[in-house]
Amino acid sequence: MTDRIKKAGRHVSQNEGLIFEQSAPGKRGVEFPPLDVPAIDARTALGTAYARESVAGFPEVSEIEVMRHFTRLSTWNYAIDLGMYPLGSCTMKYNPRVNEFVARLEGIATEHPYQPQELSQGCLKILKLLLDCLAEITGMDTGTLEPAAGAQGELTGLLLIRAYLEDTQGGPRKKVLIPDSAHGTNPATAVIAGYEVENVPSDEHGQIDIARLKEIVTGDVAAMMVTNPSTLGVFEQNIAEAAEVLHAHGALLYMDGANMNALAGVARPGDFGVDVMHLNLHKTFSTPHGGGGPGAGPVMVKKILEPYLPVPVLDEKDGHLALDHHKRKSIGRVRAFGGNFGVLVRALAYTLAYGPGIRQATEDAVLNANYIRKKLEDVYDMPFNSPSMHEVVFSDARQKKNGVSTMDIAKRLIDYGFHPYTTAFPLIVPGAMMIEPTESESRQECDLFVEAMRAIAEEAATTPDLVKTAPHNTRVSRLDEVAAARKPVLRWKPKAHSS
Amino acid sequence: MRYLPKSTAERRDMLAAIGARSIESLFASIPEKFRLKEPLRLPAAMSEQEIIDYFRARAAENSGGYTSFLGAGVYNHLRSVVTDSLIQRGEFLTSYTPYQAEISQGTLQAIFEFQTLMCELTGMEVANASMWDGSTATTEAVLMAERLTGRHRVVVARSLHPEYRQVLDTYTRNLGVHIHEIGFTSSGQADIARLEAAIDKETAAVVVQSPNFFGVLEQIPHLAELAHAKGALLVVAITEGVSLGAVRPPAEADIVAMETQSFGLAPSYGGPYAGVIATRDKFVRQMPGRLAGETVDSNGRRGYVLTLATREQHIRREKATSNICTNQALCALAVTIHLCLLGKEGLKELAAQNLAKARFALDLLESIPGVRRAFSGPFFNEFAVQFPRSVKLVNRDLLREKIIGPLPLGSSYADLTKRALFCVTETTSRAEIERMAAAVREILSKPV
Ligand SMILES: Cc1ncc(COP(=O)(O)O)c(C=O)c1O
Repeated sequence: MTDRIKKAGRHVSQNEGLIFEQSAPGKRGVEFPPLDVPAIDARTALGTAYARESVAGFPEVSEIEVMRHFTRLSTWNYAIDLGMYPLGSCTMKYNPRVNEFVARLEGIATEHPYQPQELSQGCLKILKLLLDCLAEITGMDTGTLEPAAGAQGELTGLLLIRAYLEDTQGGPRKKVLIPDSAHGTNPATAVIAGYEVENVPSDEHGQIDIARLKEIVTGDVAAMMVTNPSTLGVFEQNIAEAAEVLHAHGALLYMDGANMNALAGVARPGDFGVDVMHLNLHKTFSTPHGGGGPGAGPVMVKKILEPYLPVPVLDEKDGHLALDHHKRKSIGRVRAFGGNFGVLVRALAYTLAYGPGIRQATEDAVLNANYIRKKLEDVYDMPFNSPSMHEVVFSDARQKKNGVSTMDIAKRLIDYGFHPYTTAFPLIVPGAMMIEPTESESRQECDLFVEAMRAIAEEAATTPDLVKTAPHNTRVSRLDEVAAARKPVLRWKPKAHSS
Repeated sequence: MRYLPKSTAERRDMLAAIGARSIESLFASIPEKFRLKEPLRLPAAMSEQEIIDYFRARAAENSGGYTSFLGAGVYNHLRSVVTDSLIQRGEFLTSYTPYQAEISQGTLQAIFEFQTLMCELTGMEVANASMWDGSTATTEAVLMAERLTGRHRVVVARSLHPEYRQVLDTYTRNLGVHIHEIGFTSSGQADIARLEAAIDKETAAVVVQSPNFFGVLEQIPHLAELAHAKGALLVVAITEGVSLGAVRPPAEADIVAMETQSFGLAPSYGGPYAGVIATRDKFVRQMPGRLAGETVDSNGRRGYVLTLATREQHIRREKATSNICTNQALCALAVTIHLCLLGKEGLKELAAQNLAKARFALDLLESIPGVRRAFSGPFFNEFAVQFPRSVKLVNRDLLREKIIGPLPLGSSYADLTKRALFCVTETTSRAEIERMAAAVREILSKPV
C-alpha cells in the first residue's frame, strides 16, 4: 500500500519529554546585563506579606536545551510550509515571510500604544491605509480594526447593530437569525451580544430560503448573520433579496466574511446589501494561524453604523492622524490597546504585495477548488451540487456503507502526507468533508491530493480497516480523547506530588 | 505574482480539465450585476523590497530615539532571539489549531507546558491557552463567575485598568450584569471598607488588579475572605506578569486573568499579546478557551489532545462558555519558550532588577522639590507621583529632551490630576533614569 503514497515518506523524528523533566537546579537559559542601581531585597521592598521567594515549579534549563526542545516539538507538526493544508473555512494559504520581517522592524514592533500620537504617525498611517484597502475590497464605507479575531468581529458587529437599533428604533429587538449551515461562533456570539438565536433551515440547495425568510422576519428580528459564500462554498444567490426582506422590516444584514477569499477583487459585499461584516485577516489576508492564533477580525460597516464604532476611532486632523477615544455613541472598547496591530501590519504587507492583482489570488483559489471537485466528484458524494467557489464540500455517504467515516478518511490523508480537510461542519452535511485548497497550491500539489483522495476511496471499499485505523505513519496513533476528557490531566506535576 | 504557483498554461489546462470555458465562468453563480467590471482601486502591487521600504518609512515616523517611561498594561522587557527564531519555525508559525492531534503533537505539548507554567506562576490549578488579551480575559473571567454563582452583580475596583473596565462594560452592558465600582485609598489600594459594604448575596465576583493600575499591590488574602464570606468569587487581573517573580501569587483568588505580554512579547503598538485564565480544578467546566490534556494513543504512548471541548463554540454553539475560536496561540508559545529560558533563577533576577530600578527612579524623583509619591502602598515596577503642575506640561517639555514621560493619570481619573504613572523595567538604564530625573528637576525649576 505504501508505494501509493507519493507525497510523504517516513523519517526519524526525535523523542522529547516535557521541558520540566529536563530541569536541574542551577541551569538557566538567559543572562542579564548586570544591575546598575543598588540591589534591593524583595522582602524589604514589598514586606513579607507580599514577597515571594521563587516560582517553585519553573524549569531550570540551558539555552541549547530550550532550542532543541522546541525544535523537536516543531518537527511533530504538519504545516502549510510542508504542503497543502486543505482545512475548509480556515483558508490555510501561504504566509509570506516578508510580512513577518516588517512586523518585527524597530519602530514597528517597539511602539507603545500610549506613546504620543505625534510620535505614532507611522503606525497610524499603516492603520489608515489598511482600513482604506479593506473598505475598497469589501465595498463598505468604513470600519474598525480593533477586534482580535473573527469571533470578536462578529460580536462587535452585533453590538453595532444593537446600538443602531436602540438609537434609531427605540430598542435592540430580540432575535438574530442564523442559518443552520453557520459556523459555531455565530450562535455563540449572538448570545453574548444579548440576543436569542433563531436557526433558519436552508433550502434544498443549501441556500437561504427567501420564502421562509419572509415568514420569519418580524419586528423582533435585529439581524441575520449570513456567511457568503456559505460554508458549502456556494455563493448565496438570494443575498440581495434577503437584505431587502430584512431592511423592509428594519433589520440589518450581517455577513460573516470568513470566506472572503472567494470574493476579493471579484465582488463586494457592500454592493449586495450587506450592512456590516467581519474579515478574518488570518484567513483571507495571509497572516499566520500560528497553531491557533493570533488573528484579527476587522469589522467593515455602512455609513449608518459609523457613529457606533468602537473607540478609539482613527481621525484626520490638520494633516495629522489621531485616535479619538471619546465618541458619544460608540459601543465602547472591545479590546484594550486598540487591536492586534502586528497582525494588521502583516495583512497590509499582503495587500500591498498584490494590489489590484488580488483578483488573481481569488481566481486561483476558485480554480483549485473546482479542479479538485471535478476530479473527485465521481468517487465522493456531493450532497449539494451547486457551483463551488473557493471550497468544495463532499460527504462520506458512499464510504459510510463500509463503515468508513469522514474522520477515518481524514486520518488516512495524514498517511498520504496531507493535513486533513475540515470534518466538524457544516452541520447540514452529515459526514462533511470540507476541502479548501486556497490559491497557494500548484497543479502538482492538487494532483497529489486528488490521487491520495482517490486511493483512499478505493481503500475504503477494499480494505476499510486500513482506513479506519489510520494514521499508520505518525509518531502517535489515534489518541484516546474520551479518557482525556473523563479524567483531565491539564498540567504537569512533579512525580513526588502526583498521586 | 510570486505567491501564486501557476503558469498561464497550467491555469488553462486546469480550466479545460474542469470543462469551464473561462475563469469568469467559475464565478457565474454570482449575479452578474454584482460582479466587478473594474479592477479594485488599491495601491499598485509591490515587490518584497518595496514592501520593506514602505514599512521602514513608516517605522521612521514613530518614536525611534526616545526613552520611554510608559507601562500601564504594556511593558518593555528584554526579549530573546531564541524565542523569536523558534516561533518563526514554519511548523509552529504556519499550522492551524491542533484539532488533528496526530500531526500536531508539537503544538499540543507546548500548550500543555504553557498551562503548567501559568499554574505555577499564578498559584492556580488549571489554566487555559489562551484568551485574546488581558482585558478580554478579565471580562471572560467575570462572565465565568456569573455562570458559576448564578448571580449578576459585580464589584469592580477602580484601580483595575481603565481600558479593562471599558471592555468589561462593553461586553456586560447587554447581559443584565450590574457593575458597582469601588474607589481606592491613599495607599492606592482598593477601599476595603467600601468594598465590604458593596458585596452582598447577589455579588458574583469581586474584581481587582494586582499590581493594580497605579502599580500598587492589592491585599489579595483579605479581599478573598471578604468575597468568600458572601459566596462571591474573587477575580484577580494581572497586567504585569513579571511581578510574579517577586510577588506572592494570588493563590486565594478563584479566577486569575492575566496578560502575558511581559514574557517576551513586543509592545507592537497594542498587540498581539496573549491573555490567560487560570482557576481551580472544580471550575474548569465553566472556563472558556482551549485546553490541552494528556492522554495515551492506541499503543499506550503518552500524547496530548485538545480536551473538554464541550465547553466550546464549535460543539456547543449558542450554549458555549464563550465565542472564542482563534486565540493567541503563537504568542502563548513565545511566552512558553521565554519562560523556559528565564527559568526559576532568571525570573527571580528579572523581577529583582525591576524592583530595584523602579525604586531607584522613585528616590530620584522624590528628591525633586514639589514631587511627591502619590500612593503609599507596596509597588513592583510602576509607581505614581504627584507633580506641582499638569503632567501634560511636564511631558511636553520632556519630549524636547527625547523622553516619553509618564502616563497622566488625570486622563482616566478626574480625581488624579497632576498624578503621573511611571514604569521602570530592566531595560531602562541608570543613565536614562538619571537623565529623566534631571530633566524633570530642570522643567519644574522653571515657571510654567
Ligand atoms: C465561517 C467562519 N466563521 C467564523 C469563524 C471564526 O473566526 P475566528 O476563528 O477568527 O474567531 C470561522 C473560523 O474559524 C469560520 O470558518
